[in-house]
Amino acid sequence: MIQLAQAANPIIRWEYFVDEWDQISEALIQHLQLTVAAVGIGIALSAVLTAAVLRFHWTATPISGVTGVLYTIPSVALFGVLVPYTGLTIWTAVIPLTAYTLLILVTNFVAGFRSVPPAVRDAADGMGLTPVRRVLGVELPVAAPYIITGIRIATVSTVGLVTVAAIIGQGGLGRLILDGLRRTFWTPMVIGAMLSIVLALVLDLVIQMVGRLVTPWTRRSRA
Amino acid sequence: MINRLIEPTSGCISIGGVDITDQPLTELRRGIGYVIQQVGLFPHRTIAQNVATVPRALGWDKERIAERVAELAELVGLAPELLDRYPDELSGGQQQRVGVARALAADPPVLLMDEPFGAVDPIVRGRLQDELLALQQLVHKTIVLVTHDIDEAVKLGDRIALLNVGGVLEQFDTPDAMLAEPTSDFVEEFIGEDRGIKRLRLRTVADLAFQQGPVVDVDASIQTARAVIAEHGTEWLGVTVDGVFDGWAPVAALDAVLSLDQLDLAPPVAQLGPDSTLRNAMELIMASNTSVAVIADQGRFAGVVRLEQIRAGLRVPVRHLGHSGGADGSEGADRSDRSDP
Repeated sequence: MIQLAQAANPIIRWEYFVDEWDQISEALIQHLQLTVAAVGIGIALSAVLTAAVLRFHWTATPISGVTGVLYTIPSVALFGVLVPYTGLTIWTAVIPLTAYTLLILVTNFVAGFRSVPPAVRDAADGMGLTPVRRVLGVELPVAAPYIITGIRIATVSTVGLVTVAAIIGQGGLGRLILDGLRRTFWTPMVIGAMLSIVLALVLDLVIQMVGRLVTPWTRRSRA
Repeated sequence: MINRLIEPTSGCISIGGVDITDQPLTELRRGIGYVIQQVGLFPHRTIAQNVATVPRALGWDKERIAERVAELAELVGLAPELLDRYPDELSGGQQQRVGVARALAADPPVLLMDEPFGAVDPIVRGRLQDELLALQQLVHKTIVLVTHDIDEAVKLGDRIALLNVGGVLEQFDTPDAMLAEPTSDFVEEFIGEDRGIKRLRLRTVADLAFQQGPVVDVDASIQTARAVIAEHGTEWLGVTVDGVFDGWAPVAALDAVLSLDQLDLAPPVAQLGPDSTLRNAMELIMASNTSVAVIADQGRFAGVVRLEQIRAGLRVPVRHLGHSGGADGSEGADRSDRSDP
């Protein structure tokens, strides 16, 4: 009986990879695009919000409040709410995905800049570095480990969330999962889920490696 | 406030005759070396890059920067192999040296040091203080050094400005004058009870008028020797040979000899140079049988110093600058032996 069922509907049919490769690769690329777009816009917005928090302290509470609330909205609901306004376009997916990155990114960015020792900032000012040079040349690199961690977490969580966007017809790998669910056909579901996990791990590794390359001083400690 | 990290609300600070508020902020700061307690090295830059911060901001070319960095590393005593390391790989003392090198990089006429040795242990602190004094002999900067340690102020300062709570100036004086004549109870309490002893470190034997003492040349007659002994009312007679102090003999020993060269002389515990501190002289006096410290100037007998002379010498405080090894001060002191305008 069990053997029969397995034969009829195995967890994965490998020939699906070959037959449907166009569809799979397209979904994978779309998944990657959505992730990069959401995280990219998220980083830009978070940079502005971080600057606001650091510069105008009163903005810290409203910004953490709003990004926190955004983060709690169930993704399915947020996609649904946006459909009447942005239709079934890519923006309907990117806007909520971006919104979810903000809490993670802003929190880490702010923590990064706050981790800059006051003495370092003092020394930079005292030696006559311009404010722009101080922020870009000193504070940003010192904050980099936190910033990179934030981007890693945001990216991994976004890769997972992108699958949900399939319900509004965007979704990348989520489409395969949805397709499998509708047809009670395991193969696309498993492939979609697996590729999503692999994509998340690969991106995480890539960002981590880039991070290590740009922060060589963090790997050396006192001899 | 001198580098306008805090803006003055009233009054005027001028450097080389120019009001600091009349200069562009970055330009002003690049002209003032800045050393702070926590050092504040940039953790993401190598030691060489840290030292090169201001020259780079000033747009020096690479070659000149590299040359200057190497020069400074030698000046402050940093091994060249440390230059490619990151600050976290260095000890606290080494980091502080890098901080000083970084401040000196563009050869600013003025150096601000905000509790520069507060974060290192007492042994390293003492060494860094000595290094700063030696460094100052080479670079001759105007140094404003802030400290809470009166001993550091006395040791390093040419002049000390002692500030009370709220920035009230209590006294501005040479260390010796401040220790000798504190102008208020606050100053007196702040500098501590052993201020007389502290002064001993500040003054050198050269400040005193040496005396010939009960010392005669070996060729002198026994009668002359007896006359000298009578004059000084002493139990010991010192003998020099060709202008070099040879040793002491008890007065009673004169009875057994026909000439001074027959005396069995006891060599002195040690001899002091003119630049020894009064504290060394006092130590020597305490350790010797004769209650006298022998002073030799480049080997030649220059005179003797007794406790009474040290006491007399301390009566008048030194107010002029630029002798001995003093530098800088408590709560803002400056080292003003700079001659250029």
